[in-house]
Amino acid sequence: MMKRTIEPFWWSLFGAGGTLAALFIPITLFINGLAIPLGWLAAPDYENVLQMARHPLARTYLFLLISLSFYHWAHRFRFTLYDGLQLKHLNLLIAVICYGGATVGTVAAAYTLINL
Amino acid sequence: MSANPQHTPYHPRWYRAPMPIFWWVRRWIHARFILRELTSIFVAGYALVYLLQLRALGMGPEAYGRFLELLQSPLSISLHGISLVFVMYHSITWFNLAPRALSLRLGGRRVPDKVIAGLNFAAWAGMSAALLWVTLTG
Amino acid sequence: MAVESLAGNVSETPATGQTVTLEVFRYRPEEETEPVYQAYEVPVHKDWVVLDALNHIKDHLDGTLSYRWSCRMGVCGSCGMMVNGDARLTCATFVESLLPGPIRVEPLENFPVVRDLVIEMTDFMEKLESVKPWIIRDEEKPLEDGEYLQTPAQLADFEQFSMCINCLLCYAACPVYGLEPGFTGPAVIALAQRYNLDSRDQGAGERNAVLDTDEGIWQCTLVGECSEVCPKDVDPAAAIQRYKVSSTLQWYRNLLMPWSSK
Ligand code: SF4
Ligand code: FES
Repeated sequence: MMKRTIEPFWWSLFGAGGTLAALFIPITLFINGLAIPLGWLAAPDYENVLQMARHPLARTYLFLLISLSFYHWAHRFRFTLYDGLQLKHLNLLIAVICYGGATVGTVAAAYTLINL
Repeated sequence: MSANPQHTPYHPRWYRAPMPIFWWVRRWIHARFILRELTSIFVAGYALVYLLQLRALGMGPEAYGRFLELLQSPLSISLHGISLVFVMYHSITWFNLAPRALSLRLGGRRVPDKVIAGLNFAAWAGMSAALLWVTLTG
Repeated sequence: MAVESLAGNVSETPATGQTVTLEVFRYRPEEETEPVYQAYEVPVHKDWVVLDALNHIKDHLDGTLSYRWSCRMGVCGSCGMMVNGDARLTCATFVESLLPGPIRVEPLENFPVVRDLVIEMTDFMEKLESVKPWIIRDEEKPLEDGEYLQTPAQLADFEQFSMCINCLLCYAACPVYGLEPGFTGPAVIALAQRYNLDSRDQGAGERNAVLDTDEGIWQCTLVGECSEVCPKDVDPAAAIQRYKVSSTLQWYRNLLMPWSSK
């Protein structure tokens, strides 16, 4: 059996995260980070938001969006350091920091969403 | 040897221009590429902020209220403003490149790249409208 | 007065009366260890391409200038150079589009320079050979069974990737190749796809062994410049992306159904 490289795995997380982020992050950021704080939109009621976020579908969506966004960053940033700063010799260290960071973020997201 | 040719008995003095460390500042197209890659920092950065907001949500109304106040600070507003530009740049470049990875076939003919990109942008608009609607009515 | 030139009657197009300065990269290993730029003042003729200007220099100003060219019509792929920093076929780049100049002409980036504008391309040739760019069959069918038929739709699957003229502009435009000389690079991957996607070919597995590796396709970060500079619309970036997609599907297939992989 041929298992030559693990890159396809990282790349698939990168791609899935990039797609979810491209679709959902701009509007989410706009609503929560700008429109509501600036009063352009009324802040939704606390209980409502909580109920909505607790829905199993919402939890799944939030988990995937957040976790995969982290892996998207990990993969891109790894290559940016690698090529952009020519840190080839630190290849392993960079990979551990990037994917490791995304994994820590994923665990944190899972913990937060389960306990919501 | 030939994978990285330096010297052979016949060509003792090839000239190899070294790639400067900051090769991507020399040309706009390369700077643009690095900029595109750096959008990932803002994507993950916002995912983290969002996660913190959800954590505050889980900790009760007071904690959530404090978090919302934090979001109103001028620093937060300006950071979100800058981030919005970058995450939009991520979306635009991402959807523009989608046809490179996707080759769809309909009735034996390849779907033109423009159509694939167009569908992506339509999905973006649709999803954004849906999320906005959920927030307004929810 | 008729001007005699290798470029034939093209150089007899009327002079416009203007001149332009060409700043040409010179590297003569027996004379200098570092390249220098030499300026030549060249008359501008109507419809001249940069290659015509170089031929003018070679014929009338300085016979020691070395560069490659052959067809002068965008077919042979040998006249690629950096023109004002962009990888171009010099036979397809009009001087008048670059006026008032100066026009800087350099050898293709990311390759060792043998002399002046002549680069060393053995690396490319070896990589090309490593992906077996020919039709591979598990078993050839006997001659009397006739030819392998192909529908227009099957041809359309790979036709675009077969247009490559090996001009190496995509390699000169690829920063990843510049940083990682081991990277297989755009045109070779596109040419591997040309055969992988051919309905008559059965060699994808053999090519995967070379390409589905870190140095094969996975160092590519989709800068996308290869497809921008390609004079034949091969779109090597698309070839690489689709290769990544199919390799990834294969990877998951192997993971979920290890027994099915061959
Ligand atoms: S893919 Fe295009 S740019 Fe690259 S060698 Fe072939 S024809 Fe030239
Ligand atoms: S001389 Fe043949 S492609 Fe330019």
